[in-house]
Amino acid sequence: MAEYQNLFTSVQPVGPLHNGIDLPRGDDKRTGTPFLVHLLGRIGNAQIGPVYLGSLGVASLLFGIAAFNIIGFNMLASVDWNPIQLVRQLFWLALEPPPPAYGLSIPPLAQGGWWLIVGFMLTVSILLWWARTYRRARQLGLGTHVAWAFAAAIWLYLVCGFFRPIMMGSWSEAVPFGIFPHLDWVSAISLRYGNLFYNPFHALSIVFLYGSVLLFAMHGATILAVGRYGGEREIEQIVDRGTASERAGLFWRWTMGFNASMESIHRWAWWFAVLCPLVGGIGILLTGTVVDNWYLWSVKHHVVPAYPLGSPVIVDPAILGVKP
Amino acid sequence: MSMLSFERKYRVRGGTLFGGDLFDFWVGPFYVGFFGVTTVFFALSGTMMILWGAAMGPTWNLWQINIAPPDISYGLRFAPMMEGGLWQLITVCAIGAFVSWALREVEIARKLGMGLHVPVAFGMAILAYVSLQVIRPVLMGAWGHAFPYGIYSHLDWVSNTAYQYLHFHYNPWHMIAVTLFFAATLALSMHGGLVLSATNPGKGQVVKSPEHEDTFFRDLIGYSVGTLGIHRLGLFLALAGVWFGIVCIVVSGPFWTGAWPEWWSWWLNMPIWRT
Repeated sequence: MAEYQNLFTSVQPVGPLHNGIDLPRGDDKRTGTPFLVHLLGRIGNAQIGPVYLGSLGVASLLFGIAAFNIIGFNMLASVDWNPIQLVRQLFWLALEPPPPAYGLSIPPLAQGGWWLIVGFMLTVSILLWWARTYRRARQLGLGTHVAWAFAAAIWLYLVCGFFRPIMMGSWSEAVPFGIFPHLDWVSAISLRYGNLFYNPFHALSIVFLYGSVLLFAMHGATILAVGRYGGEREIEQIVDRGTASERAGLFWRWTMGFNASMESIHRWAWWFAVLCPLVGGIGILLTGTVVDNWYLWSVKHHVVPAYPLGSPVIVDPAILGVKP
Repeated sequence: MSMLSFERKYRVRGGTLFGGDLFDFWVGPFYVGFFGVTTVFFALSGTMMILWGAAMGPTWNLWQINIAPPDISYGLRFAPMMEGGLWQLITVCAIGAFVSWALREVEIARKLGMGLHVPVAFGMAILAYVSLQVIRPVLMGAWGHAFPYGIYSHLDWVSNTAYQYLHFHYNPWHMIAVTLFFAATLALSMHGGLVLSATNPGKGQVVKSPEHEDTFFRDLIGYSVGTLGIHRLGLFLALAGVWFGIVCIVVSGPFWTGAWPEWWSWWLNMPIWRT
């Protein structure tokens, strides 16, 4: 008979649903009656709800929904209010920032003004949500690690949409709202500034992105592999090391010569994930402000590979200082 | 000396796939096993060849060292050593070393009475490497389509290969893979943060429970996947990300040779709404 692989829960014991740890006075009551979804329970918890609808959360949702709607209606307007064309062209549609001529001034609504309003409202929404993640943790007597991880992502968002455009003197440098258009922004910034693969902060950010994927594969697989010893009860294992943590640690020690502990693996996890947007944001902030061509920067710093010459040497006019 | 305080009782014989007791021992903290021997053989040979290739090249600068695959004109043949043959031998050693490492992980897991999830997960990464360096070049008829061994030179390969399709971001499987990679990183930050927030609750607080963890995410977004679920979810996001990465590159060249933005024409031209 096939062995259980700890991938899908086969038996789901059902007990009274949990309404949550009691909140201190000053907090509102939670919203919604919790209910179960059996299919969810095959992977994780089956319980959905209740949710805490506080002032910060409601305000965040209001600003966020308003921003979302302004984007959507601008997209609809751009296809002459034809809903069928909205669906057809959705991935290509955009709410664009102002053209370069307006600099950092407030443009007319149809020339980037709506973009600026949306940017402001979305930012307020995100910051309110950040405050919510901080407050919910504090009210439950938890540390604020989730909030500070969220802050790293917000840093990258603000660099792309706010800090760098200000340093460049133009809102036009910011990212448009739109599926394909925001990908075009990525391609354009790489082409304009000499190939972002040669930006060392970009490279380091990718190290942490791929590293995070690697780490979660490693950590997820390890915990599932020691599920038979209660490995997923991580808090318990941290304060009172059991055979699950011991086997998990020894697996990696015997494989690669060193290992983490049940607590420290979560520090590796937090830092790898946080350093991806943190370092990436630095790389974007330096692009166009401090460094104009990352390839030439890399040539100057002796990291560009020397390929054998397949054709006559052509010297880049930019190096010779030829004015365009 | 290299053993943890609780380690001795776990160092038992058994769990091996091949070779029985012959290589069933440790060197320092490292488990050897038959596949430890093959790993060292392949890894050392491959590394020696990389070093020799660097010595034959113009520089020892770590960032600039480059060992290139054969020219496209060699097709799928063995190339002369200095014309890509070295790259071919290094690739064979790499695959040998990676597969050996995975099988060694199987032996270690069996010895520790653990499930085989880690070597299976690693298998997905090996599949990605083999897809890029063997499967796709074979489907396209030349080893020259594989990426070179060099820190910056392999990035040039990514950039140049992507531009062959005009705008690689429009590759739909690439979009899915990127989304899964970012989701995995997001989930990792949330999981790391949540466990640390419960075990490091701040001044004057006691260590919290899984009920606190669940309550935090239910309060925040109405759902908490739970202690077991998050590990299933993380492993899935990571492996699915790598899988779609494999799909997106194997499709590019063998099955789609146009510009990726053009792929979306089928959607735009559907009879119900084409203009």
